[in-house]
Amino acid sequence: MNDQTKIDADRAERTEKLQGMGCKRKRVEDVRFTQGKGSYVDDLKLPGMLFGDFVRSPHAHARIKSIDTSRAKALPGVIAVLTAADLKPLGLHYMPTLAGDVQAVLAEEKVLFQNQEVAFVIAKDRYIASDATELVDVEYEALPCIVDPFKSMLPDAPILREDIQDKMTGAHGPRKHPNHIFEWMIGDKEATDAVFANADVTIKEMLVDHRTHPSPLETCQSVASFDKVKGELTLWGTFQAPHVIRTVVSLISGLPEHKIHVIAPDIGGGFGNKVGAYAGYVCSVVGSIVLGVPVKWVEDRMENLSTTSFARDYHMTTELAATKDGKIQAMRVHVLADHGAFDACADPSKWPAGFMNICTGSYDIPTAHLAVDGVYTNKASGGVAYRCSFRVTEAVFAIERAVELLAQKLGMDAAELRIKNFIKAEQFPYQSALGWEYDSGDYHTAMKKAMDTIGYKELREEQAKKREAFTRGETRELMGIGISFFTEIVGAGPAKNCDILGIAMFDSAEIRIHPTGSVIARMGTKSQGQGHETTYAQIIATEIGIPADDIMIEEGNTDTAPYGLGTYGSRSTPVAGAATAVAARKIKAKAQMIAAHMLEVHEGDLEWDVDRFRVKGLPEKCKTMKEIAWAAYNSPPPNMEPGLEAVNYYEPPNMTYPFGAYFCVMDIDVDTGVAKTRRFYALDDCGTRINPMIIEGQVHGGLTEAFACAMGQEIRYDEQGNVMGASFMDFFLPTAVETPHWETDHTVTPSPHHPIGAKGVGESPHVGGVPCFSNAVNDAYAFLGAGHIQMPHDAWRLWKVGEKLNLHK
Amino acid sequence: MSKSHIELTINGNKVEALVEPRTLLVHFLREQQNLTGAHIGCDTGHCGACTVDMDDMSVKSCMTFAVQANGANITTIEGVANADGTLSVLQEGFRMMHGLQCGFCTPGMILRAHRLLQENPAPTEDEIRHGISGNLCRCTGYVNIVKSIQYAVAKINGTPFQEAAE
Repeated sequence: MNDQTKIDADRAERTEKLQGMGCKRKRVEDVRFTQGKGSYVDDLKLPGMLFGDFVRSPHAHARIKSIDTSRAKALPGVIAVLTAADLKPLGLHYMPTLAGDVQAVLAEEKVLFQNQEVAFVIAKDRYIASDATELVDVEYEALPCIVDPFKSMLPDAPILREDIQDKMTGAHGPRKHPNHIFEWMIGDKEATDAVFANADVTIKEMLVDHRTHPSPLETCQSVASFDKVKGELTLWGTFQAPHVIRTVVSLISGLPEHKIHVIAPDIGGGFGNKVGAYAGYVCSVVGSIVLGVPVKWVEDRMENLSTTSFARDYHMTTELAATKDGKIQAMRVHVLADHGAFDACADPSKWPAGFMNICTGSYDIPTAHLAVDGVYTNKASGGVAYRCSFRVTEAVFAIERAVELLAQKLGMDAAELRIKNFIKAEQFPYQSALGWEYDSGDYHTAMKKAMDTIGYKELREEQAKKREAFTRGETRELMGIGISFFTEIVGAGPAKNCDILGIAMFDSAEIRIHPTGSVIARMGTKSQGQGHETTYAQIIATEIGIPADDIMIEEGNTDTAPYGLGTYGSRSTPVAGAATAVAARKIKAKAQMIAAHMLEVHEGDLEWDVDRFRVKGLPEKCKTMKEIAWAAYNSPPPNMEPGLEAVNYYEPPNMTYPFGAYFCVMDIDVDTGVAKTRRFYALDDCGTRINPMIIEGQVHGGLTEAFACAMGQEIRYDEQGNVMGASFMDFFLPTAVETPHWETDHTVTPSPHHPIGAKGVGESPHVGGVPCFSNAVNDAYAFLGAGHIQMPHDAWRLWKVGEKLNLHK
Repeated sequence: MSKSHIELTINGNKVEALVEPRTLLVHFLREQQNLTGAHIGCDTGHCGACTVDMDDMSVKSCMTFAVQANGANITTIEGVANADGTLSVLQEGFRMMHGLQCGFCTPGMILRAHRLLQENPAPTEDEIRHGISGNLCRCTGYVNIVKSIQYAVAKINGTPFQEAAE
């Protein structure tokens, strides 16, 4: 072994020991989770703790004539029953939403959706609380309700929000009707209309991204504990954004923010459901403040599905204009957005339709216009980003279905049409017609890799044969090939255009190196299963050369963690991951000064080597990070503060734009409507990869949720506004039996503006997966003249497609 | 409400308790016995997060009254690790194969897998998928859960297990 080989081997060994970026580090979290030792909100038990439960409206729209709580209060074990009348003097019967609206905590004069919160019973245990909810007598006068958002703005539509009916200007500008929330427009309308007027080919389709729900396995819950003597509130809850919750609680309760301790312990999945503030949180807080003892609130599944934050419900009239040979010239989209009874979307404040304007997708579309009208209906409020950045699943669904429809009209292959219109690698950073600057991408390379791997040409040949066989009556099976080439927009975001309640959407990391060289680091984000305790440590390990196993990551305690905006919209890696790298580099810079002092050389004479600084040309003269840490506390250079720690609040200069190429091969039995996914291939490019094992896990999970949404999951209402199927009996969550096998792959195009080049990945598979499944189904029926088939594509609906096409002879 | 006296064995320990007849086993375990590993995900028996092992059967403890467990022998996730405190082969499999993310379904999933392997020590992939179909996971997409169980099967049976490359 020569010297260089020895040096390389030594360096490789030291690098491996770090368990830093790029390795499949096993998760730290799993040691406790596999033993049932996770600590979730409902696991919390405090002395004297009471339990709250809601009385909910059976009506979608009704006037409350009276509420009589006397029978409930008389039940032994019941401590209190709160109604709007109790909250009103405190100014707490309404709470602000993240979207600039207000939302009833407990209904005052009217209920506006089924299962709306009407009263909050507080009792000694959850059984008594539940019993007592049935003893609260509420007299209602039913009112006509609006379920179909297209009927919201009819001249004779019943006015839903009487509390704001005179307010003809909302948080996002003028309102056209008492049931109108906002109109949001972007792009050049005149230029877009002109292109459409003169285009060779156009397509227009109403694409519905139906109402569904994130439905994490753990529901929303909280425990509030108010210390009357100290005037301090501790609030444990299922919070994806604990610091934001602290600020909201301070604003609405009037308690000073430093006397509010918000703690998000382990969270059993979030997927967007746990971003917002809910009536249950507020009522547990009020209950504890009034009674001076801890109050717990835990949703059941029915409450979760029917009240806290639905997703989607976007009705998108989508148009493309193109030349005869398939060059897309313009895109025009109008969205009717059903926000339910209150505008409680969890978007950055200036973005009432989220980042829907990413809808030009991966294509170089020079001209575009987007308009979104938000309306009230008698349904639960929400509109959260279900495993996606704000409204990005909707946007990608619109463009990826639209290009398929255009390909069909042009008689072109859908992959070829995409390739023809891709933004080229040399066009990055790319300015989109609707205002975004895409940071980096290499779409052609990704698409080619995906098509070669899946054997695209052969699949199309097989499909052609199967179609002929079907036409000849030799098979009853249809074969569909779904494609999706998505571009996400994540990592919100730059302060110039992203804030929540006025707070810029930075995120943060604080890293402390202890004297013995172990580390604690705290972030403003909050994992809900993404494995932050594992991956942030990998970033730090690589940056400062301390083994990941010696680094503890802590999140969710707002007393100790620096302020951050939380985890949603795939923002943890792009924003807090960047903060982590920057904070680590501050430490490294100080460490270099200490090392120079220790080695009695100039800082510039040192070079970094995996886990140590060494003197250039004299590799044996070195100081490891561990030695430097000790020196930082024991003998820092003169005039230098002791200690070794750093904090960074990172404001991203731009969003990141992960992308990917997905292919789905599906076989559908026309007689039963049962669709079987034969193959699903997902190529993701999320820039620099921190932990490939975790990335693959995120992709698997996101694809499964995409499969659920596209193939059956739905929150449906009947004409009376009754929510249909708010339990796991009816709401489709795939089991291991239905869930397809997932094949994953990747390319790596780092983000040029991110300190480590990472873009975020948790939501890409969902965003890209939904249109891929829908395209596969649509592709299967396309040659039969089916036209656009709306999601969800469950067997019953696909059977109906067969009926409509007269295939069941 | 009058209470019933029950005696049972939980993770090898004899337990005596007074419970209301309507108390669900999952609440008894979580709130009276402080065994919070069994989770409540749906209240209707669909999700399996509350799965425990009762008299050699997988039982959804949100669908079982505590009084029905009178005389029973129950294993919860807290009783699964090896006697020396190390992870059992199934727990290790879940960690090695990234068979969990948020961890909420994991205790139920591991207990179901534990019982499945008693019923069928060498299951095929299809048998594993059907065997855990009463347990929902929202995070993993099941691929790695299946691998986690296969890892344990290989280790128990001394057969080779090769992690599939991406």
